[in-house]
Amino acid sequence: MMSVSEIKSIKELYGLDLIAPGHRACAGCGALVGVRQILLASKRPLIVVNATSCLEVTSTPYPQTMWKVPWVHLLFENAAAAASGIEAALKVLSRKYGRQEHYIIAFGGDGGTFDIGIQALSGALERGHRFLYVCYDNEAYMNTGIQRSGATPLGAATTTSPVGARIVGKQQQKKDLMEIVVAHKIPYAATASPSHWKDLVNKVRKAQSYDGPSFIHLIATCTRGWYFDPSESIKVARLAVETRYWPLYEVENGRYRITNPVPNPKPLEEFLKVQRRLSHLLLPENADLLEKLKAYVNERWERLNKLSTCFA
Amino acid sequence: MSLLQPKTLKPMSTSEAIAYAVKQANVDVIAAYPITPQTIIVERLSEYVNNGELDAEYVAVESEHSAMSACVAASLTGARVFTSTASQGLALMHEVLYVASGLRCPIVMAIANRALSAPINIHCDHSDVMGSRDAGWVHIFVENAQQAYDRIFQAFRLAEDNDILLPVGVNLDGFFLSHAVEGVATISDSEAALFLPPRKAKYYIDSSMPMTFGAFALPDWYFEIKYQVVEAMEKVPKKLAEVEEAYYKMTGRMYGHVGAYRTEDADVCLICAGSAAATAKFSVARMREKGIKAGLLSIRLFRPFPVESILPHVKDAKALIVMDRAMSPGAPSAPIGQDIKTMLYDAGLNIPVANFVYGLGGRDISAAEFESITTKVIEDLKAGRPIERGVKYWGVRI
Repeated sequence: MMSVSEIKSIKELYGLDLIAPGHRACAGCGALVGVRQILLASKRPLIVVNATSCLEVTSTPYPQTMWKVPWVHLLFENAAAAASGIEAALKVLSRKYGRQEHYIIAFGGDGGTFDIGIQALSGALERGHRFLYVCYDNEAYMNTGIQRSGATPLGAATTTSPVGARIVGKQQQKKDLMEIVVAHKIPYAATASPSHWKDLVNKVRKAQSYDGPSFIHLIATCTRGWYFDPSESIKVARLAVETRYWPLYEVENGRYRITNPVPNPKPLEEFLKVQRRLSHLLLPENADLLEKLKAYVNERWERLNKLSTCFA
Repeated sequence: MSLLQPKTLKPMSTSEAIAYAVKQANVDVIAAYPITPQTIIVERLSEYVNNGELDAEYVAVESEHSAMSACVAASLTGARVFTSTASQGLALMHEVLYVASGLRCPIVMAIANRALSAPINIHCDHSDVMGSRDAGWVHIFVENAQQAYDRIFQAFRLAEDNDILLPVGVNLDGFFLSHAVEGVATISDSEAALFLPPRKAKYYIDSSMPMTFGAFALPDWYFEIKYQVVEAMEKVPKKLAEVEEAYYKMTGRMYGHVGAYRTEDADVCLICAGSAAATAKFSVARMREKGIKAGLLSIRLFRPFPVESILPHVKDAKALIVMDRAMSPGAPSAPIGQDIKTMLYDAGLNIPVANFVYGLGGRDISAAEFESITTKVIEDLKAGRPIERGVKYWGVRI
């Protein structure tokens, strides 16, 4: 286990902001809160790579930019490949010409990571570039108008998986991206939530302590796509954790550990009822969908719990 | 010093010549994915890196899309960057090609021109590069291993010039050139270093000057930013001539924007690009022996299309024969045919153009075939018959 100093007080982060005010993200955007926390926690000097996404669009309306760090966006599916190129370039340029090495964080949404960008991500993880990839997961293609992705949970209403008279929401369970990432045997992978900022800060520090690829899967509550009041964003994120919908855990050199045990989980319904994309699962006619979603959440938790116990 | 009397000739395939030049160009990052017939280039480069002969990072990416993505990012970081691909690989890179030019990345890419699926075919034609011709890249066609070797140095110097900052594609015909072994005159490592010192990027990704690359430009800015690529492209012909002049002083070798052979008094001028130019040249020489007044103009700089360099060679011809190794189904002309006809129209010239698509999927074209095509056009001219306009497909079994 890598020993990394854990954060004691928020004062440690004062004055470290790397994003400027004035970005165009929605009020209550969970992604922006999480990204800001990650940057606060990050080692420096830092380069940020961004996949095409809400984050990219809302942060760089030319000729303005939110980023106080070097930032690069190329395309939708290639953030991991772009990070590979920067890492390789800095490695050789520092060797040949004394250029300064940098930490690299790549941000992609769930569409850009689970779906269209998974090949580039897999390649970069396999090649072992030193960078942190953060998937901020708002569980649908929010930037294009709330279409379903591989990250959308079972039953969720999106514009391409609407609640219809015949088919109710998305018919498939969420892809387990963490397991795919972990299968690459990278040194560090973790889930995180902006509602649990200390946990998040510690995970960023751990991730960046490794000389290789690392991965953070961040829940990114979305007021527009999940349909809740902007003021509720962090509460909804916290509910995701407290209902075990979003288990907070890490996999460090293959060793699983639940970083935020939830011994007395709130019923999943508490998380579902506050968002219109999922609240229809509480209707009696959708009881089968609710059961399947509950089973998915429970089985994943039990599995993680067993794995954590194994390595304890 | 002429091409026929170099100090030493090394036997190399065009692919090996390119890899050797890339090594001497002291590139920093190579990100590439293997595809026939490009593989020899990246295999040699891998050997150079792994043997410590070239201090570079070889990123063995998982696709051509990622190859070009890593190249763009590495280039933005200030590195000298090379990659190579062909056919499907170039097609898979397609959207990234526009990012490379839009973000003004001086990447050099060798394209071992190959046909596109379906049906799948590994042999030469120019469908791949013609599909990418509007992506904002400078494109150069080479006709032999020596040109390929020399053009790599020129391509880097042109691309990295702060007035240009455009990616450059060096196109070599798959198999016909990529796998053909010829004697190549090389320059020394110190000559290479003198001609091509390490890249000095003006703007690059670094925390010492945090900048935003690849911002979101709306209708109020997109057009102006894209137009800058056009402005840079317009400077290429003059800049390439300067680069060639400097290279000529060192090597005695110069190729120009076009290769002209006996165009000055030609009644009919053949126009083509790539390895077929050598065959066509041989054919023209034979026709001249028979008293047929044919000429040849090979397109060496394809993008930007070097109108000023082409016109003087063709303006007095009675007819032009444009040979295209790619098709554009449904279009009034094949790709080079379109450019030539546009050029003539803008120059107020009504020279008839016979446009042939030939050699798709690696089908060979012989000197005898060039002669037969030319003879038919000359006979039509003599008989006062109109030259058949539109596109014809040479040698296809219908």
